[in-house]
Amino acid sequence: MNLKVQNNKAWFLVLPVLLLVAFSAVIPLMTVVNYSVQDIFDNSRVYVGTEWYREVLNDPRLQASLIRQFIFSGSVLLIEIPLGILVALMMPTKGRMASLCLVVLAMPLLIPWNVVGTIWQIFGRADIGLMGAFLNGIGVNYNYASNPTDAWFTVLLMDVWHWTSLVALLCYSGLRAIPDAYYQAAKIDQASAWAVFRYIQLPKLRNVLVIGVLLRFMDSFMIYAEPFVLTGGGPGNSTTFLSQTLTKMAIGQFDLGPAAAFSLVYFLIVLLVSWLFFTTITHLDNKK
Amino acid sequence: MAEIHLESLAHSYLEQPTKPEDYAIREMNHVWEQGGAYALLGPSGCGKSTLLNIISGLLNPSEGTVKFDQKNVNGLQPNQRNIAQVFQFPVVYDSMSVFDNLAFPLRNLKYPKDRIEKKVQEIADVLELGDLLHRRANNLTADEKQKVSMGRGLVRDDVSAILFDEPLTVIDPHLKWKLRRKLKQIHEKFNITMVYVTHDQLEASTFADKIALMYEGQIVQFGTPQELFEEPEHTFVGYFIGSPGMNIIEVSIDDSHAVFDNIRIPLAQGLIGQLTKKLSVISSSNIKIGIRPEFVAVLDESADNSYECSVLDVENLGTYKILTLQLGEQKIKARIDEDQIAPTEKAFVLFPEQSLKLYLDDYLVREESI
Amino acid sequence: MSLTLQNISRVVNGESYIDNANITFEPGSFNVLLGRTLAGKTSLMRLIAGLDKPTHGNILMDGVDVTGMPVQKRNIAMVYQQFINYPNLTVYENIASPLKIAGVNSSTIDTRVKAVAEMLHIEQFLQRFPLELSGGQQQRTAMARALIKEGGLILFDEPLVNLDYKLREELRFELRELFKVQNTIAIYASTEPNEALALGGVTTLMHEGKIIQTGPVNDVYSLPNSIESAELFSEPPINILEGAIHNGKATMGDVTFEFNENLGSIDSGEYNFGIRPHHMTMEQKNSNDIALDLKVDVAEISGSETFLHMAGDRITAVAQLTGVHNFHTDTPVRVYLPVDKLYVFDQGGKMVQAPHYFSASHNPEKIKGFANNG
Repeated sequence: MNLKVQNNKAWFLVLPVLLLVAFSAVIPLMTVVNYSVQDIFDNSRVYVGTEWYREVLNDPRLQASLIRQFIFSGSVLLIEIPLGILVALMMPTKGRMASLCLVVLAMPLLIPWNVVGTIWQIFGRADIGLMGAFLNGIGVNYNYASNPTDAWFTVLLMDVWHWTSLVALLCYSGLRAIPDAYYQAAKIDQASAWAVFRYIQLPKLRNVLVIGVLLRFMDSFMIYAEPFVLTGGGPGNSTTFLSQTLTKMAIGQFDLGPAAAFSLVYFLIVLLVSWLFFTTITHLDNKK
Repeated sequence: MAEIHLESLAHSYLEQPTKPEDYAIREMNHVWEQGGAYALLGPSGCGKSTLLNIISGLLNPSEGTVKFDQKNVNGLQPNQRNIAQVFQFPVVYDSMSVFDNLAFPLRNLKYPKDRIEKKVQEIADVLELGDLLHRRANNLTADEKQKVSMGRGLVRDDVSAILFDEPLTVIDPHLKWKLRRKLKQIHEKFNITMVYVTHDQLEASTFADKIALMYEGQIVQFGTPQELFEEPEHTFVGYFIGSPGMNIIEVSIDDSHAVFDNIRIPLAQGLIGQLTKKLSVISSSNIKIGIRPEFVAVLDESADNSYECSVLDVENLGTYKILTLQLGEQKIKARIDEDQIAPTEKAFVLFPEQSLKLYLDDYLVREESI
Repeated sequence: MSLTLQNISRVVNGESYIDNANITFEPGSFNVLLGRTLAGKTSLMRLIAGLDKPTHGNILMDGVDVTGMPVQKRNIAMVYQQFINYPNLTVYENIASPLKIAGVNSSTIDTRVKAVAEMLHIEQFLQRFPLELSGGQQQRTAMARALIKEGGLILFDEPLVNLDYKLREELRFELRELFKVQNTIAIYASTEPNEALALGGVTTLMHEGKIIQTGPVNDVYSLPNSIESAELFSEPPINILEGAIHNGKATMGDVTFEFNENLGSIDSGEYNFGIRPHHMTMEQKNSNDIALDLKVDVAEISGSETFLHMAGDRITAVAQLTGVHNFHTDTPVRVYLPVDKLYVFDQGGKMVQAPHYFSASHNPEKIKGFANNG
């Protein structure tokens, strides 16, 4: 039973937060909208309508990085979600080992993003890095700085290392919430381990998985610091993702108008895809 | 189908039990016959759920053996014992339809499709779930869900017994009647061994042919509801069965009378003889008499062998009334018909001889058969 | 303190939770809200407590409108199905907590806590923590904490549901005794007719968000104003049989019988006859008893009684018989219905005639009132 009290005074207490949100989110967003429809050059401002939007959407550089971004986010989800579930299923349920596993799992999540990039930058180096040198030592020609495939592989591996824990922890808490009676009933119904997973664990994990998928999609879609530190977007543009392209445009070339238009398109894509995920998954539940 | 034997069975949740109190189940031997409808009745903490889990194989007993048809099943998993169990809170597979729920155990056993269809339809008809077969299980009401979880046990031909762990806890009273009746019909129809765990004596006695009443890890009486009501073998049975429970009064024995607070109640000769015999073997002063409120006759006027008491309270429970009377220092309860006008201040009570029970160290003393 | 609900309704997302409730709880009264799951008992309690706000209507305490007042300012205690105590406080501190918050001095707290603990038989556990106690003792602690606030209002939301049957019996009896001397208003939600009877006091029947009847428990039990009331307040459920009355003669299937001397005042037409299961018998007691030929569905034996479920062409019925009667399914049986124990309900389900015996032993004005209404 939730203790909901009817009291309008509460709105006063929320007021500071509303103001804060207005300052931190709404006002900057509006500034960006403003930029995206003007050409700014020194102090002169010219209204250009949708020109920047058209330019941005037709820019082959941006299109390429958008495609790269979708491939990257898709791969991240395809690897991290099943892997996270698998890890959660294999974790011990009680005792010291359980707490130990939790601590170990939580560790990557505590490392700052650019430090993760640095760690892997060194780890993967072909000359002195533990992984890079080892791979070359056993005859695999691996160099993320010159080979785009190797660079992609390293960036993906890094993201999997960094974030699978989050999915695993979410699933672990979801699994712990399933009452014992379900497992007992399944045992009695002669269910195989696969049937237990398919018909008990997976349906009960649905809610945490929705959160997991959304978080991982949004985070990976906006990834910046790690590949920036690791590969700098290279070799060539092979690991340049959307946010990096955007930064280059806004800060490197100071194209504020197109950058603003691009930001908004970017924002809308994230919003749209997240919404799609959310509605399809919740609708699956109500069907049948 | 199976006959279930419990041999020298005992269980403790402690690693090294020393005292009798360390055991959740104290050593017992018991047989559940094939096709019987049994109830395992007792207050919470008496060990009834532990015993049920030992039978189903969810728990391994620390001592003794469980046999199904003379075959030792210790260490076998529930699925290897062919047991179905219905839990306190309904367990349904939310993501499946009612049909898929019922078909689930059969699919796991790789039954052919047409047989699954036939079997599920048959069980759905018995349980009156026919109209719901294509609904999703998570949208059902509690009683429908509980029927689905029962159904999953019933669809299998190979099930040797169905165990129920307080299955009606979450069901509304007016539906409890219906579900219980359904269970009883299912039992008559399928002739499956059923063991039903509950703390509710009405549920137990209306469902079961025989009740095992548990108290402190032991079965203190195993008998028909009528036997438990009329001949409680232990004072706890007297207290626990019946609403309100048996009036139990500590007495001393003097010249073939039970005496308390200067009140002398004559006892049958056979009882006294048996008691004397027992007291020559063990010395004990723990002697009690018991009489059920239903058997206490309440009169307005004095009669032979009647005792005067003052009326403390009258509860009108619709179908009957409960009087609380003070006799000497003791409070006793008597149950009278709804049409009988309750005395207001003073009443006279009679204790019919055949309904007056005698207990030594809390166990029933039976009359010598002559 | 007295509590009055005036035209209270609560609608959530177009769904009516409470529909125009009007009721007054007298000072010091013990009230049972009896109804099935989702009948609106908990919704009504939440409105009374101030946890929810009514869509329409007013709540008056001692004549003062408290409708918008937050729960903290009302003198209210609530006991839930779950055993809710502060786990890190001892039983003593738990019971004392409402008084501490109210700023009562510690010597008064001490005497009050000890007195309440004694009433609820938990005085030996005062220094323990709630989770070290059995379920029954934990619920007693929660009740003690509610009871220590004197003179207010205590709401019990099915507090005994999670306890053993035998413990329930004891606690019901204790509650009944306890509230004989309290001047607190107690409101107790229950789904069980037998619990309402055992607790006594005033019973209010709720069905689908409506209050359908209220009054002293035995009056409501003996004089249900409708089929719904009778069904809610009867366990096993009351038997309802279709029939008709023509020119003072009643018929039920192919049986015709004289009802009683008041029957003439009932208009001719179709009616439903109601009889409680324990009034049906296997032996004919009076020559005008109505005989019904049915087939046994199933016999449930409780040790001292038998619940005989039966079915006929278009009817099902249950009889509560004393003693043990063994029957196999489909055995034909003849049961008898004493005419003077029949209720008559009209086609709309309204009661038009209560059993004859009742009018003789109780006050006849009430019966007349009902007959006139019908």
